[in-house]
Amino acid sequence: MSKYVPKLSELKQEFEKKKPALLKEDYSGKEWWDLPVEFRDGNWCFPGKTEVLEDLGFPNPRKWAATDADWQLPDGWEKTIRDGLKSRLKRFRSFKLFLDTCVRCGACADKCHFFLGTGDPKNMPVLRAELIRSVYRNDFPLAEKILKGFSGSRKLTAEVIKEWHLYFNQCTECRRCSVFCPMGIDTAEITMMARELLNLIGVNNNWILAPVSNCNRTGNHLGIEPHTFVQNIESLVEDIEDLTGIKVNPTFNRKGAEILFITPSGDVFGDPGVYTMMGYLLLFHHIGLDYTISTYASEGGNFGMFTSNEMMKKLNAKMYHEAKRLGVKWILGGECGHMWRVVHQYMDTMNGPADFLEEPVSPITGTRFSNAAATKMVHIAEFTADLIHHKKLKLDPKRNDHLLTTFHDSCNVARGMGMFEEPRYVLRSVCNSFHEMAENTIREQTFCCGSGSGLNAEEFMDIRMRGGFPRASAVRQVQETHKVNTLVTICAIDRASLPTLMKYWNPGVSVYGLHELVGNALVMKGEKKRTEDLRESPMTGLGEGEE
Amino acid sequence: MKKVWLPLLMTGILCLIPYVGVQYGGLGYLFAIIIPCASLVILIAGFAIRMVNWLIRPVPFRIPTTCGQEKSLDWIRQDKLESPSRLSHVVGRVLGEVLFFRSLFRNTKAELYAGPKLVYGSTKWLWLGGMVFHWSLLVIVLRHSKFFFSTVPPFADFLDNADRFFDITLPAFYMTDALVLAAISFLVVRRLRDLKLRLISLPTDFFPLFLILAIVLAGMSMRYVTKINVLPVHDQILTLMDHSFILSGEIGVLFYVHLFLVCVLAIYFPFSKLMHAGGIFLSPTRNLCNNSREKRHSNPWNPDIKFKSYTEYEDAFRDKMKKAGLPVEKE
Repeated sequence: MSKYVPKLSELKQEFEKKKPALLKEDYSGKEWWDLPVEFRDGNWCFPGKTEVLEDLGFPNPRKWAATDADWQLPDGWEKTIRDGLKSRLKRFRSFKLFLDTCVRCGACADKCHFFLGTGDPKNMPVLRAELIRSVYRNDFPLAEKILKGFSGSRKLTAEVIKEWHLYFNQCTECRRCSVFCPMGIDTAEITMMARELLNLIGVNNNWILAPVSNCNRTGNHLGIEPHTFVQNIESLVEDIEDLTGIKVNPTFNRKGAEILFITPSGDVFGDPGVYTMMGYLLLFHHIGLDYTISTYASEGGNFGMFTSNEMMKKLNAKMYHEAKRLGVKWILGGECGHMWRVVHQYMDTMNGPADFLEEPVSPITGTRFSNAAATKMVHIAEFTADLIHHKKLKLDPKRNDHLLTTFHDSCNVARGMGMFEEPRYVLRSVCNSFHEMAENTIREQTFCCGSGSGLNAEEFMDIRMRGGFPRASAVRQVQETHKVNTLVTICAIDRASLPTLMKYWNPGVSVYGLHELVGNALVMKGEKKRTEDLRESPMTGLGEGEE
Repeated sequence: MKKVWLPLLMTGILCLIPYVGVQYGGLGYLFAIIIPCASLVILIAGFAIRMVNWLIRPVPFRIPTTCGQEKSLDWIRQDKLESPSRLSHVVGRVLGEVLFFRSLFRNTKAELYAGPKLVYGSTKWLWLGGMVFHWSLLVIVLRHSKFFFSTVPPFADFLDNADRFFDITLPAFYMTDALVLAAISFLVVRRLRDLKLRLISLPTDFFPLFLILAIVLAGMSMRYVTKINVLPVHDQILTLMDHSFILSGEIGVLFYVHLFLVCVLAIYFPFSKLMHAGGIFLSPTRNLCNNSREKRHSNPWNPDIKFKSYTEYEDAFRDKMKKAGLPVEKE
């Protein structure tokens, strides 16, 4: 395991000591603003590299670390932050409202996975927001200024910036707290603003900015250049042929295709995402879809979202730009979390109207996706659910009998889109063993993997394993009661981060993409006898007399 | 605990101000007429200004928190309240929040057990306390409308009678008086007893609770203890409504305390967290349709951003693309 994480036994002991309470210490008699800000191994991400910042034209490139006493903030940084705050308050009603209307009822306190895992009071969403509110109250509304000290306001200092950096990078913008807030206050919105502000003075995270720079240059977060991108998918095509005897035939940058398919680059390059990619390729071959993949718009995800709304727009613009150039009718999107928050809630607003595309219609079933009439982009789970509902797929769920599954709702798809039934319908159709986790840990109450919103860095492992603890705890329960060994997700960050989390907390549980299971279950025309799944694990569900 | 005694002290001082002012300063006119009128103006104007101040700010993105199944395929049942796609659904969702605190009803309490294991228990106390507190206050305020008319309007009469359902004391005891006292006690005690709540609470969280408590206690003392004669009060208000600012009759000093505290609350309202009463209607995670893929949402300040175009991309990678057999625009 990583050197940036305590041993499991140590962490267990820590939890054992404080149970059943969640706070890590007794804070009676203390005020939150007096608590020290401590950077240590495992609780901060490496800052953006100089060359990355220069490439992006971002301010204050320098060599520094969060553990430094002096962060070398640029001259006049206080003004930059104040002006930035003012400008954002002017542009976002949400931000202003969420700073103004909190009554500190505390309903959100024990809803945050980072609070549940760390017991750190400043990880209670209400206090996370107070980190900014306290400065906002000091600088803004007149009446509160008169009542200084009464209203919990404080000065903007370098220490406050450190605190912001620490705690706005212990929020994965998962929106779980906003489900419970009686005012509908969404901490994700506040974190997004805080990160924008911090970026203005060069306080940043390389694990976010490097992918942003890559995506700008090569079209995807991983920085895969066009020829390598093609090679990678072609090697998956070979693997599929070895396993199934079927030669699938994806095309790249092909003009005149009916559909442009865009998925996170993790599906092309990372384990276990590549197996999900193999599932897509098999599915498209099975139904004879007229689609193409772009090496230019080769990223579904959008780390711009974790940087600023301008950067989010810039990276997202490639999707429509490429769809227009290729002359496709509509766009089909792969399994991803924050990608779908961007596509669903931001894309058309930022880069639309997409009047050069058509309202999506499934060429196989004729179903009109009127829910995507403006954006013209359909989620693969909707697409596949529709195919299965119309009995267009030949599926043998027994081929997944070695996988005893549970389903992890990805935060953004759950709380930023509202897609709950489609993936479950697909999952039930392609496997025989599916058990839900506890009801307070799924659907709109789902827990983040602990590594979302660009916090999947190795050096951040301590906080990641703590933040993922509520999810792991829920998986543990179905592992114990139903022998679950397969955690199915529809998010590329989940596929990248949950394997580590499972290895740490729940050894024996593997992480799968939904369409990997679809790929396993598909009975392809002309296939050879299947004995192994896409990971080359033996399929156990194939009894006597099976073909 | 400075954050508790400071607002408590402030409330105490506020109680003394009208007492001294009326009893010893003979400032009845100030406390009965000028301050109430001024505070009413501040409340209405302040509330309006705050609302307008929020409303003029744009909503650049449609960001509802989706707590239920979205509208998608025909055969999948949409959760219209939690994932609204039409205006009528949104109205239902917002009213659910305003009238019944639906989101708060979801509240859970997480506890750590051996394993380690997290367990989530249902906890409705905060929801119940909040509902009792707000609804009682509403009924009490509406009940008071009887002072503003020469003949009591039917709804006030109805509320008054309903509230006096247990007509066992003289004067009849109002249920809401007991309920609001219980709710305030609960809300204060939980802020003190729960360590998490104690940390997040500010003086501004205790102050309105203490202030409202003082208002209720002063009001109840008048009714049940000193049994103040309400007729001069009633007359006073009616003359006021007639736009004739003349102090008529003798009014007990307790009434001045009660009235003054209400005025303070009215003045404090627009500048404080109490504005959540207006803000809740505007919350963009609750009052927007989850249909941004179906209907375009416009951002009035949508910035013009230069992105890396396909042409630039091809220029950078043309040779590599050609070698990989990818089609290119320019040879």
